[in-house]
Amino acid sequence: MTADNDPAELPSRRAFLRKSLGLIPAVTLAGGGIAGTVLARAPSTAAPAPDAYRPSYFNAEEWAFLHAAVALLIPNDERGPGAVEAGVPEFIDRQMGTTYGSGGLWYMQGPFHPEVPHELGYQLKLSPREIYREGIRECDAWCRKQFGKPFATLDATRQQHVLEQLDNNQAAFEAVPAATFFAMLWTNTREGFFSDPIHGGNKGMVGWKLINFPGARADFMDWVERDERYPLPPVSIRGERA
Amino acid sequence: MATVMKKVDAVIVGFGWTGAIMAKELTEAGLNVVALERGPMRDTYPDGAYPQTIDELTYNSRKKLFMDISKETVTLRHSSSDIAVPYRQFGAFLPGTGVGGAGLHWSGVHFRVDPIELRLRSHYEERYGKKFIPEGMTIQDFGVSYEELEPYFDFAEKVFGTSGTAWSVKGEIVGRGKGGNPFAADRSNPFPLEAQKNTVSAQLFQKAAEAVGYHPYNLPSANTSGPYTNPYGAQMGPCNFCGYCSGYACYMYSKASPNVNILPALRQEPKFELRVQSHVLRVNLGTDRKLATGVTYLDAQGREVEQPADIVIIGAFQFNNVRLLLLSGIGKPYDPATGEGVIGRNFAYQNESNIKVFFDKNGHTTNPFIGAGGNGVAVDDFNADNFDHGPEGFVGGSPFWVNQAGTKPISAAVTPPGTPKWGSAWKAATADYYTHHISMNAHGAHQSYRVNYLDLDPVYKDAYGQPLLRMTFDWQPNDIKLSQFMTGKMRRIAEAMNPKAISAHAHEPGKHFDATSYQTTHLNGGAIMGTDPATSAVNRYMQSWDVPNVFVPGASAFPQGLGYNPTGLIAALTYFSARAIREQYLKHPGPLVQA
Repeated sequence: MTADNDPAELPSRRAFLRKSLGLIPAVTLAGGGIAGTVLARAPSTAAPAPDAYRPSYFNAEEWAFLHAAVALLIPNDERGPGAVEAGVPEFIDRQMGTTYGSGGLWYMQGPFHPEVPHELGYQLKLSPREIYREGIRECDAWCRKQFGKPFATLDATRQQHVLEQLDNNQAAFEAVPAATFFAMLWTNTREGFFSDPIHGGNKGMVGWKLINFPGARADFMDWVERDERYPLPPVSIRGERA
Repeated sequence: MATVMKKVDAVIVGFGWTGAIMAKELTEAGLNVVALERGPMRDTYPDGAYPQTIDELTYNSRKKLFMDISKETVTLRHSSSDIAVPYRQFGAFLPGTGVGGAGLHWSGVHFRVDPIELRLRSHYEERYGKKFIPEGMTIQDFGVSYEELEPYFDFAEKVFGTSGTAWSVKGEIVGRGKGGNPFAADRSNPFPLEAQKNTVSAQLFQKAAEAVGYHPYNLPSANTSGPYTNPYGAQMGPCNFCGYCSGYACYMYSKASPNVNILPALRQEPKFELRVQSHVLRVNLGTDRKLATGVTYLDAQGREVEQPADIVIIGAFQFNNVRLLLLSGIGKPYDPATGEGVIGRNFAYQNESNIKVFFDKNGHTTNPFIGAGGNGVAVDDFNADNFDHGPEGFVGGSPFWVNQAGTKPISAAVTPPGTPKWGSAWKAATADYYTHHISMNAHGAHQSYRVNYLDLDPVYKDAYGQPLLRMTFDWQPNDIKLSQFMTGKMRRIAEAMNPKAISAHAHEPGKHFDATSYQTTHLNGGAIMGTDPATSAVNRYMQSWDVPNVFVPGASAFPQGLGYNPTGLIAALTYFSARAIREQYLKHPGPLVQA
């Protein structure tokens, strides 16, 4: 972890988080319905499962936000598991530790002109790590101002409405435009749902099973001309079979 | 103080297709050749090794093999009155870096050219009159004919191991009813390999195109339909339609690349040296600025190194060629206010439109993950000047095709119009339509205009302190007319498939060039070839008019965009240039064409 200004690295912050665990679990157990309910149900005394993922970048409030938000973006529903069950929060947390997360894949020299037309592409000086930190902070503050509590503890209908407002840039954020934050969250959610499990998401290849994508099979000579469903289940880079 | 290396006969900047072809040709002629590649060494192993290469996140989303735009990029603006800002994240186009260049991770669509496009201005003036070409459109002739290039197209296909179906060979029709293209120019030989199998999507496109009276043909593909050994002894295995071509190094040795098809031969060549992590800063000129003396580059450790040479080949990606000419002071920079100057002139792109069709889940199953980058079925009924442009009032043509290169789930956008962007409805639609949709494209020739050009950015610099290249570019009325017309004609094919839904994306009036969504990496011009030094940077042999021991092969030489993909013409022109160097220049160094 090489974060600059990473509050989770500061001892006082850690102490605060330990104390606040009773309110918001730092580790969210997989397998519960939408995140809002997960949080409501999560007993304050429950010990995290031994194999549960512990975030490296996100703090407890951010982790709760991520679970709640991605659970609405790709819900667990009658079509199968959603983003939380696929491990999307873990995927995003792990991405924050990569070159991508620190903005190292982008040209980041100034001067910055975020006022230019959007067709000229991303023009902020923020890295993905900073976009998440500022975006979640602003979204929770915005929710507190309107509803008296952070995003993760709102009911699902209200959360849905808040996400729609972010998507349509109807929420006036200061540090990062709401739509920019939302677009990154949605892109990373799809990435975590559909990428190879080697990156921490798509657990059980649930994203691939949903759409009948065969993963790393990469050999279709016998099926090129066939107008019928591909019969084999997905495999991952590590050789797991769904 | 730069380290000065031992002088060589030729130094090559960049080791993609043009650099590799030049290196092979010039070492065959007995020259000592050094190639300088700014990026790392790359090859099938380890960069394309199975299964680690079958990773959409790493290679497509995070763009592992592409140019490192954290270090160098371009700046963009829509008109010369706007401020330009950096292309900070990849979007519309994806240049490469490293050994093989974009030729390592291209798709493999390997066309020739429609002959009229090599003499586009003359052809339009002859058929439609001078006034038909709009004011401000600066299209011109290449200065070389299809007949002159045919032997080089033929040889390049043999080097690439290209699969396809000929229409006519030496005047005899051989491809009727077999997937040949009746609009294709005559050939001296059939394709080295027969056409690949066609995917379900391509078969449906073929039937629908025939039903509406068009003439479908098999796309020429530099993905192998069978085992192949090329004239250099390089071996290829049959493509298995894994679907990981564009953005990836082919793990099957089935997609032509400089790494698979040329580098194995150069490795045996003692006269050749490839230096990676060598970033060329400038071409050095003699005191009279009439001849180049070599190049200066930064080595892997950041040390300045001077490589003297008798011949300099600038064989980097299109816009890096233009930038290096500007940074080196070779040729007069283009001035859009006066229309004078040549370096940066006639920057052009590709004018693409897209249609998706969606079938009911009980309808056709297209398994879009099955694919090969060069594979598919196309029609040329509206390409080049194969129809009467008179009543339509625009310049340029477009092939249409299904080119199912392997649609992976992160990048797939497979929901019919009206589907919510996220949530349960999005999830259900993605599940229902991913294996029941077809994507087709109108590839669209893009023309050159006085207002679209390249120059050095006055503000932004690369990681080494040199100015970035600035693109001033936007769609013009001719482009929008072409896009609308072609989408309408292609829509007839989509409708003939009897789908449940259709979505179409064409350029529209008032909409600007959008750098955020991928279109294509087919960037053209800026150091164009021609017959007049007042309107071209290089002559028909890609030789600089100003500094005759500098040659600049690549799409930077195209005076405007093509209907087809550019790589086939780039390769043929590079062989044509190399042959002129071998047979004419080496005997009498100096200008090959008198200005």
